[in-house]
Amino acid sequence: MQINKAAKQLLAPIVSNKKVGQYHQIIINIGDVAASCKPGNFVAISVGGESSRMVLRRAFAISRVSTSAAVGGTMELIVAPHGQGSKWLCAQGEGVVLDVVAPLGTAFGIPTEPVPVLLVGGGYGSAPLFGLAELLNSRGCRVDMLLGASTGTKIYAPMEGKRAVNSMRIYTEDGSMGTAGRVTDPIPEIIKDLDIAVIYSCGPMPMLAAITKITKEFDVVHQCAVEESMACGIGICMTCVLPVENEDGTVSMLRSCIDGPVMDGSRVQWSEVGKQL
Amino acid sequence: MSTLDFSTTIGNAWFPAPTFTASGCASSGRELAQFFPLREMGGVVTKSVMSKVRPGRPTPRMAETPSGMLNSIGLQGPGIDAFLAKDVPYLVEQKARVIVSIAGETVEEYSTLARKLRAVSGISAIEVNISCPNVESRGQVFATDLETSKRVIDGVRRTIGGELPIIAKLSPDVTDLVSIARGVVDAGADGLALINTVLGMVINVDTMRPHLGGKTGGLSGPAIRPIAVRAVYQVHAALPNTPIIGMGGISSGKDALEMILAGASGVSIGTASFGNPTAIMSIQNELKQLLLDRGFTSLKQAVGYAHRPIEGE
Repeated sequence: MQINKAAKQLLAPIVSNKKVGQYHQIIINIGDVAASCKPGNFVAISVGGESSRMVLRRAFAISRVSTSAAVGGTMELIVAPHGQGSKWLCAQGEGVVLDVVAPLGTAFGIPTEPVPVLLVGGGYGSAPLFGLAELLNSRGCRVDMLLGASTGTKIYAPMEGKRAVNSMRIYTEDGSMGTAGRVTDPIPEIIKDLDIAVIYSCGPMPMLAAITKITKEFDVVHQCAVEESMACGIGICMTCVLPVENEDGTVSMLRSCIDGPVMDGSRVQWSEVGKQL
Repeated sequence: MSTLDFSTTIGNAWFPAPTFTASGCASSGRELAQFFPLREMGGVVTKSVMSKVRPGRPTPRMAETPSGMLNSIGLQGPGIDAFLAKDVPYLVEQKARVIVSIAGETVEEYSTLARKLRAVSGISAIEVNISCPNVESRGQVFATDLETSKRVIDGVRRTIGGELPIIAKLSPDVTDLVSIARGVVDAGADGLALINTVLGMVINVDTMRPHLGGKTGGLSGPAIRPIAVRAVYQVHAALPNTPIIGMGGISSGKDALEMILAGASGVSIGTASFGNPTAIMSIQNELKQLLLDRGFTSLKQAVGYAHRPIEGE
């Protein structure tokens, strides 16, 4: 168990909310808390206002944090307005004050040596990978990136995101953007060509499971950020569990909010998700 | 500035405040402790623990519903031995007052668990959870049957002797709650925890199957608060001397006051903590102020105040 001791509850105003393709880029002023947010961490936000019938917080990946003299510390979220809570959040404008708890969960592990790494993002799951790319790049790692989605409009790839990466390739299942196919198709080839040591991934569970299959075959480390529905985000409700193999070979239901969202992909028992242990 | 005696008692256990976590809603306690000191609330009711390690039910385990949520955890837990080795010492070290909640699959398992708790120091009371709806067979919910409820409590009472107060946690999913409450009190319960979650279901209209991995789940949150208030009111009317910890959707001081007026000597907060990690602290502060505003000098004066006769009658 690894509780994120940096977590704080605070009232945080929205600095800006812009529509970027199918997603919303929401910047929130979190002051000093920005300094303790690491790539992979998430935030839990109250939605719906005082009289809402939505009683649970919503968890969002923190895509990046920055600090400026003008606004102070901020965090950026990339939000897809598909549920009631995320739709409410996307409808909130500048100045609206949010009740947030951050940073929560585990962060991506950074290699101690500058090794070649591959970042794989599915849909808007790519958002937290850009901040990670900058960090890895600053540590001297060669960073290559693969983005995939069912269709081009679901690809999230900001222009400035390309700065920290050596290459970025896009795959869509319908061929409407980049290469037609699955984002996992070129991974074995890339591992061999670039001598990849670590794959970082974020996206839907079948994608994470498919990458794990490849990384096990090639003996590559797989750090993945999982997404499981959560009620609390702080480790008290026990709803967001995934079957994960322990050191001794037994399997435990671990909370993706406390022992995740970043987990060692090789230990997650993907085929057992949703089954009775 | 007037003063208020905010303390409450259950059996021989004294608590400086009437606010508790609800079992299953605070995990090991460490998770909430980073948001406020655990000793500042009345007490921590731990997640119901069983004899052995239990993986719990498959995912999805949660569905948000209007003003509430369904959960289907299925008593995932480390088992009593690991719990006593790791979790209880931590809570004691935090100077939290601890109510250990136990759950069993058989009458004997409850007694076995109680035996393990007998010699443990730092525990204020035992909650005997005979009403978790998330077990494989609904037939195992002891609290839906008067005779098995009595047998469980009687077994625990005999095992632990007369020292530790026993709180029986009951289900609202019964026809005659008062008779079950009376039965467990006769069998040796010192207090009652009312109510456990209400059995419910959500069907996903895309997959057109039950949404939860365990199909059914326990409904909690403000959606069930009126059911809880009614349950507490009815049981307090029948058993005015039995302390009740009231719970079910409490998310503000006003909600807590409502439960106290219905007859609860304390309140537990569960789902509200999921939405707000510091909910218990704000509920506690609001409740204190509301009691003072109404001229009460002690919490005890307000317990069951809604039952007082109408003047002139």
